[in-house]
Amino acid sequence: MWCMGSLRVQKRLAGQVRQPDPLTHTLSEAFPETATDAAAIGFVLTRLPRTDAPILWVQDRLSRKEAGRPYLAGIGTRRPVIMVDLSRAADVLWAMEDGLRCRSLGAVIGEIWGDPPSLDFTATKRLALRAEAADVPCWLIRRAASPDLSAARDRWRIGAVPSAPHPHDTQAPGLPRWSLDLFRSRRSKPGQWVASYDRAQDRLNLAAPVRDRTLATGDGTAGERAAG
Amino acid sequence: MERQGNAPPDDIPIVLAREGQHGPVIHAANRTARVNGILPGSRVVDMRAICPELQVEFADDAGDHAALDRLVLWARRWCPWTVRDGADGLILDTTGSDHLLGGEAAMLVEMETQLSLLGLTARLAVAPTWGAAWALARFGPVRSICGAEEAHFKLGALPVAGLRLDAATVLLLRRLGLKTIGAVMDVPRLSLTRRFVKAALAGNPLMRLDQALGKLAEPVASMDAKPRFAVQSRLAEPIFDPTPYLPELCEDLCAALTKAGMGCRRLHLTVFKTDGDVSHVDVATSASTRDPGHLHGLFRDKVERINPGFGFDLITLEAGGVEGMQVLQNRLDGGSDDDLHLTRLVDRLSAKFGPRAVTRPVLRESHIPERAEAQVAALAAIADIGAVTPQERPLRLFDHPEEVRVLYAVPEGPPAQFIWRRQTHRVARYAGPERIAPEWWKDRPGTRLRDYFKVEDQAGRRIWLYREGLHEDGRGGDPRWFVHGCFA
Repeated sequence: MWCMGSLRVQKRLAGQVRQPDPLTHTLSEAFPETATDAAAIGFVLTRLPRTDAPILWVQDRLSRKEAGRPYLAGIGTRRPVIMVDLSRAADVLWAMEDGLRCRSLGAVIGEIWGDPPSLDFTATKRLALRAEAADVPCWLIRRAASPDLSAARDRWRIGAVPSAPHPHDTQAPGLPRWSLDLFRSRRSKPGQWVASYDRAQDRLNLAAPVRDRTLATGDGTAGERAAG
Repeated sequence: MERQGNAPPDDIPIVLAREGQHGPVIHAANRTARVNGILPGSRVVDMRAICPELQVEFADDAGDHAALDRLVLWARRWCPWTVRDGADGLILDTTGSDHLLGGEAAMLVEMETQLSLLGLTARLAVAPTWGAAWALARFGPVRSICGAEEAHFKLGALPVAGLRLDAATVLLLRRLGLKTIGAVMDVPRLSLTRRFVKAALAGNPLMRLDQALGKLAEPVASMDAKPRFAVQSRLAEPIFDPTPYLPELCEDLCAALTKAGMGCRRLHLTVFKTDGDVSHVDVATSASTRDPGHLHGLFRDKVERINPGFGFDLITLEAGGVEGMQVLQNRLDGGSDDDLHLTRLVDRLSAKFGPRAVTRPVLRESHIPERAEAQVAALAAIADIGAVTPQERPLRLFDHPEEVRVLYAVPEGPPAQFIWRRQTHRVARYAGPERIAPEWWKDRPGTRLRDYFKVEDQAGRRIWLYREGLHEDGRGGDPRWFVHGCFA
C-alpha cells in the first residue's frame, strides 16, 4: 500500500501520470424532475460549447410523444440540429455511439424514456469512453428514470422553480430559474444550486439554495456521494 | 387507349394530337388516317369533319424524346457512332461497319427486322451525307442505297421538302416554281447565293444542298453512353452469406470508380440464386463517395435480410447515381476532412434507420408554430430563410397539441387553473395573449384563431398553451384549450 502510494507520488513528480483534464468533454446525465419539464433541456443547451458545430439529437419514440420535440424557433438557429427519431432505446444508444465517432459534431444529445434494460452500466461506460476519446460532449436526458448504476461522469437532477420577477410586468414570468442538483460527479464537488438563465446575454447565474432545514450532522460531506 | 405498348389495329384511323393555338392540332397520324386525307399540322375538329371515325390520343413529346434517346444507344449494335436527328430520326455512321452485316442492303433489312421486333416502323436509307440520307429516307424509294457518286441523280427527283428547310422557305420555293431538288440544282449558284445570302441554315436552300451533296461538311457528333460500373463475383459453389465477398467487391468497384474519377450515390447488391430467383439490397449515401470501407459498412445489417433460398452462386455489385467527384484537400497536412465525417455519419444512420428517421429541422416563414419548422433531409442544401420570430418561443413543442380542461376568470382572459394529464396546475403568473390568426391562404375556411399564453404554474413549470377561437365567434361552440409546448 505504501509502496504503491510512493510509486504514484514519484510518477506524479516525474510528470508521467497524466492528470485528468477537467476541460475534456464527457458523458453527463440529466434527470428532469417531471417528465414534461423543459428545464433540463434549457440547462443542457447552456452547457454546450459555444461553437457552430452541428448537434446530433437522438430521441426515442416515447420521449417524443410525452415530452415533445425540440423546437428550432426556441433553441435558435446558430447550431444546425440533426434529428434522429427512433423507436427503441437500444437504437438510440447505437446512434449516439456512432455519432461520437464523428469529431466534427458539437454535441450529442440523447433522450431515453424510463429504464430500458439496454441502458446498463456497460452502455454508459461505452458512451463515456467514446465521448472522452472524441472530446465531444454527450448528454443523456433520462425522463421517468431512476438514477441507478451508471458510468456517467456527471449526474444532474434538474427541475424548474418559479422564475425571477419580470422587470416590467409583475404578472408575467421573468428569467427562467432552475434547481440544479449535481448528485454525483467525478470531476468536481457535488452540490445544489438555483440557476437563473439570462438568454439575452447567454449567461447562467448560480446561487446556493436557501436552506431552512436542520443542520446536517457529520463532517459536512454527508450529503455527497463517493465519486467514481 | 393502347397505353400498354400494344400497337393499335391498322384499319382504324388514329392520330396523335398536341395543343395548338386554336385548340388541338394533329401531331402525327397513322397510315389509315393519312390515306383518309388527314394532314399533320391541321386542326383536329377540321379533320373530324373529313373523317368522323377518327380516334384521337394526346402525344407525349417528352416520352418520345426520352425513348428516342434510348433508341440511339440501342442502335449502337450496328455501328459505334449514332446520334438523334430531330424529333423522329436516327443517324448512324455506318462507314466501315456494313460489311460485318453482309453489305449495305443486308444491313438495312436486318435493321428493319430488329426495329419491327420492337414494334417500330422504320424508313431507312443509306447515303454518303446526312442530308442525302434524310431526304432519301423520307421521300425516296424503300431501303434506297445511294453510292458516293449517285447523290446528284438520286436527289434530283425528290421534292424540295427533302432539303430540311423550314416551312416558309419550302413555300417560297414552291411559289418560285422550284418543286424538286433537281430544279434547285439547275438554278445558277450565284442567283441562289444572292437571294438567300442572309438566311439562316434552316432557310437557306443553297447551304442545305451543299450539305446534301457533301460540299459542306456536317459531322455526326455522337453522344456518349454513361459508363456502367458493376463488379461481380462468380462462385464455384452456392453459398448462403455474401458477407465474406463484400469487401473485395467494394474494393474492385471503388478502384473502377477512382480510375474514372467518379463517385457513386447508390449501391445495388444483387444475388442470383440457384433456383432462378434474384434478391437485391440497395443502400444510398448522402454525398458521392468511393471509399470501400465506408460503402462496405453501409451493408452491415442489411445483408441478413437476403433470403438465400437454396444458396446463390453469383453476386453483383452495381454503382448507381454515378457522378463526377473531385478529390478535395482542405487541410495542408492531408488530415481528416470534418465535413466528410459528418456525411458519413449521416449515411450510416440513414442506412440503418431509414432516411426518414434522420432529418434536419429548418425554419420557414410562417406564424403558425407547427408550420414555422420543416423537416428536410439531413444534408440537403437549403437557403436558410430563418429569421427567428422576436416573440419568445418554447424549447419543446408537442407534435399534437394536447387538449386541457381550463377554469378561467373571464372568457377572453388567461386560464386560472387547468388539468393536463390528470394533474391540476394552478396558474401563478402568465404572459400574453399573443394572437396568431389562421393563414387564410392555406387553412380551411372556418379555422379559428389562437391566443397563446405563457403560463407558470405553482411549481414553476412554464407551459405554452392556447385558446382556439373566441366565444361567440360563429365558428363552432365554446373555444377549446390546448397545451402546445414547454419553456425552459
